[in-house]
Amino acid sequence: MPYLAVNNLTKNFPGGNGNGAQCIFKNISLEMQKGEFISIIGHSGCGKSTLLNIVAGLDTPSEGRVELDGKVITGPGLDRMVVFQNFALMPWMTVFENIRVAVTAAHKDWSVKKVDDWVQKYINMVGLTYAENKKPAALSGGMRQRVGLARAFSVEPKMLLLDEPFAQIDALTRGTIQEELVRMWNETGSTVFMVTHDVDEAILLSDRILLMSAGPEAQIAESVEVAIPRPRSRSTIIEQSSYYVIRNHIIRFLVERAHKEVTV
Amino acid sequence: MAALVKQKNSLLLSMVILAVFLMLWHLLTIGGTGQGLPGPVPVLKTAMEFIRHPFYDNGPNDKGIGILTLYSMGRLVFGFGSGVVVAIIFGVVLGLNRTIFRAVNPYIQILKSISPIAWMPLLLYSVKNSGITALLVVFMASLWPTLANTSFGVANIKKDYMHVSSILQLNWFSRLFKVVLPAAGPTIIAGMRISMGSAWVAIVPAEALLGSLGLGYFVWNEWNNLSLTSVIFAIILIGIVGVIIDFGLNKIAERIAFVD
Repeated sequence: MPYLAVNNLTKNFPGGNGNGAQCIFKNISLEMQKGEFISIIGHSGCGKSTLLNIVAGLDTPSEGRVELDGKVITGPGLDRMVVFQNFALMPWMTVFENIRVAVTAAHKDWSVKKVDDWVQKYINMVGLTYAENKKPAALSGGMRQRVGLARAFSVEPKMLLLDEPFAQIDALTRGTIQEELVRMWNETGSTVFMVTHDVDEAILLSDRILLMSAGPEAQIAESVEVAIPRPRSRSTIIEQSSYYVIRNHIIRFLVERAHKEVTV
Repeated sequence: MAALVKQKNSLLLSMVILAVFLMLWHLLTIGGTGQGLPGPVPVLKTAMEFIRHPFYDNGPNDKGIGILTLYSMGRLVFGFGSGVVVAIIFGVVLGLNRTIFRAVNPYIQILKSISPIAWMPLLLYSVKNSGITALLVVFMASLWPTLANTSFGVANIKKDYMHVSSILQLNWFSRLFKVVLPAAGPTIIAGMRISMGSAWVAIVPAEALLGSLGLGYFVWNEWNNLSLTSVIFAIILIGIVGVIIDFGLNKIAERIAFVD
């Protein structure tokens, strides 16, 4: 039985100019095993973030349903932590407080000491010990997303939902944080669903990459296995011959086929 | 360094403006040219007399200026305090519920533009007590700006923050005190400053018309005594107290502000 099951999901947005509803994506189904890392890649506007929001419970599907660990998803919850593209940290809280609010919410019966120790552990894990009392505004984009990751991992969710988490981070920092994410994923054995439009990022991190055709009525056109052994790193992965095969395949899809693909 | 010099220049310019104003005032009122309006020197003399004994108490209608100021400020604290608390509670409810907000907003806009003094006859008729009426006028004056700002601030909280609080399944208490109020805090405080301003503005005519002890009462009383020096002194005092109160609120605003 799959850990996450997305069944025949359809999302319609109300039409802007009286043309009736517009279909963003139609009949999307996918399955994830526990501990799997899956990325979904596609052009802007194909509805991949909407799909992620539906899994998160922040948006509702027009048709179909999502099940996690045998339970139908009806709304947002602590078992599905989202890492947002624009970090979504509370700007009036320090780094420490931003993570503590999540840990307190997840463990209402814990003592203050236990919560604080737990928060500290995750702050140390992302290397932000020296900045724990700073407000997000005083941090760079990369550091802010480290806080976002620490907050998500700290509640040990069943699933992590990453919504283009590195899109607003400069290329050099991005690589470092991607490797930190892999390390945390290895340590915690989390199940991760990531939305991205960065092909290299998807190959580096994922077990499987889903290719989404362009909307309206977007579909998951293909599922690409990334059979590159782990641990992977940015420097060694490019020596793998299969790396380029996968990369070329995905890019060819995005350039040539994404807009024409019609699967019924 | 440059900033410090600029700050010094501003202070200097401020002083020059004051000096020019006082000079013009003096010249225009000297030797009866100002239709009997007092100049700065007699006003200062009167002021010194009042300030020398600020807290004397010679019965119900003859009290020191310090006592009168405290009366007005006390009225402000209670009227403004209760008005703002009510405004924030309703503002949060309206801000979180778009349907109610849309339904009620036109009325708020209408009520907001009514001078609190206009309510006075109605209030006085209803409660039949001038002290309570004065308090209610201050309450009314404080209510609308904070209510409008709170509902606007809460309704416009970034979606991300609300998403995070629903993912974290925060209970209403945490949601309110850890997310909603801090996120809307700067807008709420801005509303409170406007409320404070309009309450302080309303207090003077309310006290004058109702004969409730305070600075407004003092102004009207001195006008009836035809003591213009006292009236001018009271005007200046009202302005200074207003600035001091606003300064206090500004300090709170600085603490609550956040950089996004």
